[in-house]
Amino acid sequence: MRNVVVLGVAQTKFTGPQEKTGVELFAEASSEAIAESRITPGDVQALFLGNALGDFCEGQGMIQAFIAQNIGCPGIPANKYDGACASASVAVRDAYVWVASGQYDIVLAGGAERAATMGTALATRTFAMFSDSRYEFPAGITFPGVFAMLSHLYSKRYDVPLDLLKEQMATVSVQSYRHGMYNPKAQMHKEVTVKDVLSSFMVSTPLQLHDCCPFSDGAAAVVLASEEAAEKLTDKPVFIIGAGQASAGPLAGQKETLPRIYSRELSSKRAYEMASVGPEDIDICELHDCFSIASIIAAESLGFFDYGTAGAAWMKGEADIGGKVAVNPSGGLKAKGHPIGATGAAQVYEVVRQLREEVEPERQVPGAKIGMTDTLGGDGGTLVNMILKRGW
Amino acid sequence: MKYTLTFDEYNKALKKNRLLGLTCTGCGEVITPPVMICPACYGKNLEITELKGEGIIQTFTVNFVAAQGRECEVPYTVVMVELDEGPWIMGNLVDVDPAVVNIDIIGKRVKMGETIGTRVFPGDAYSAGDAARPLFQFE
Repeated sequence: MRNVVVLGVAQTKFTGPQEKTGVELFAEASSEAIAESRITPGDVQALFLGNALGDFCEGQGMIQAFIAQNIGCPGIPANKYDGACASASVAVRDAYVWVASGQYDIVLAGGAERAATMGTALATRTFAMFSDSRYEFPAGITFPGVFAMLSHLYSKRYDVPLDLLKEQMATVSVQSYRHGMYNPKAQMHKEVTVKDVLSSFMVSTPLQLHDCCPFSDGAAAVVLASEEAAEKLTDKPVFIIGAGQASAGPLAGQKETLPRIYSRELSSKRAYEMASVGPEDIDICELHDCFSIASIIAAESLGFFDYGTAGAAWMKGEADIGGKVAVNPSGGLKAKGHPIGATGAAQVYEVVRQLREEVEPERQVPGAKIGMTDTLGGDGGTLVNMILKRGW
Repeated sequence: MKYTLTFDEYNKALKKNRLLGLTCTGCGEVITPPVMICPACYGKNLEITELKGEGIIQTFTVNFVAAQGRECEVPYTVVMVELDEGPWIMGNLVDVDPAVVNIDIIGKRVKMGETIGTRVFPGDAYSAGDAARPLFQFE
């Protein structure tokens, strides 16, 4: 397998409902990523795109083919991936595999979504399609509902009183909102307090509005190249050194490990082993904080903190810049936003720019050398972890 | 290879308040909802079995924001029940006002039962038909 480099990266501003089409959003991100890579669209040999709900968002299936033609790459192979909220990470990982294998030298990957355009009712319906439609959706489960149930289970399993857990979860959200304040691409630019979180609208007990990420529109794009091709194009190569992926069945079928998400444990183990690094080596991690409790669960399964202790770690600043590992300096899904088909590529965008020390000084992780992404689709049905390393 | 217990058969039975699953003849694992291959031993020989529909609440949520078309159901309580035979299953707790449901219900015993009957999600434009769901009440 060949070494693979991330060249240019780009992200549109993530927003609420807006008027640009999915094609236009991805065109905006990809043209910027292509320009930053010092290549032309004619150099792109294949497109790997995350887009989970284009058919529901704007009545557009097979969007990847229209994008390829639209952005000046007509005729190239164009693949679309649905890994629910991890769609873009599946796309980037597959792009990585194809370049590493020697099949392609330069590819474009990323994703686009207009989840906010759907409005809350349809978005809630379609996100619930990533739960088991025959055996679990009939009971009325929704996405917040899944993580709400994991919150209660977490409280019992690790003997963290619910009031304390709620305060810990609120602290996770407060940190994410704070970083989002300094991210010009973030959807949310507001400072909230623990009290604000705990007094916000109840969505699905015990999750309140500020425990939940928003519905978002947006796109993100990355250009991957073989090390050889990249040598002529950049003197700041960021290498993908680990790329793990795993799957899991319906939530009830994960009874042995919940509230842990065992697909994450498989996926991250694969990524760590491939990269020959461990959790202690990770300087910055963009992890899948679709809900505040999801951050706590993820940080434990990734090996940053012991089971049952991540909430306390957040309260001590150990998951912040300057702590043990800087989690979600972008603002995460909570503040940056979560256009589900694009989210994983936006995590790569953030990690690459952190490693290049290009982000706003208020949220730059000083001297970051190794970064990680963590993207979850459904209730653990799809899980992708990637590890990236500064190459200079 | 024949699919031993289809959704259609499971759904028809659940509408009559009968909860079906599978028993693996290789290792004895009881499984519901149905699958092709035993998740415990990867055995292929599965037999249809009827579960009692009794167990303990492992976790829950009271949901206030419903999916499109189901707004009239809120608030409602979703429970994850560990059945006595082993599997976990998602259903609704129906004999308690959602307003008073709290974390103390975890660990409580519940059962499906004739007295509470069944409830069927009637289906929508995307669901390829209806789907029954297990209803639970405290024992």
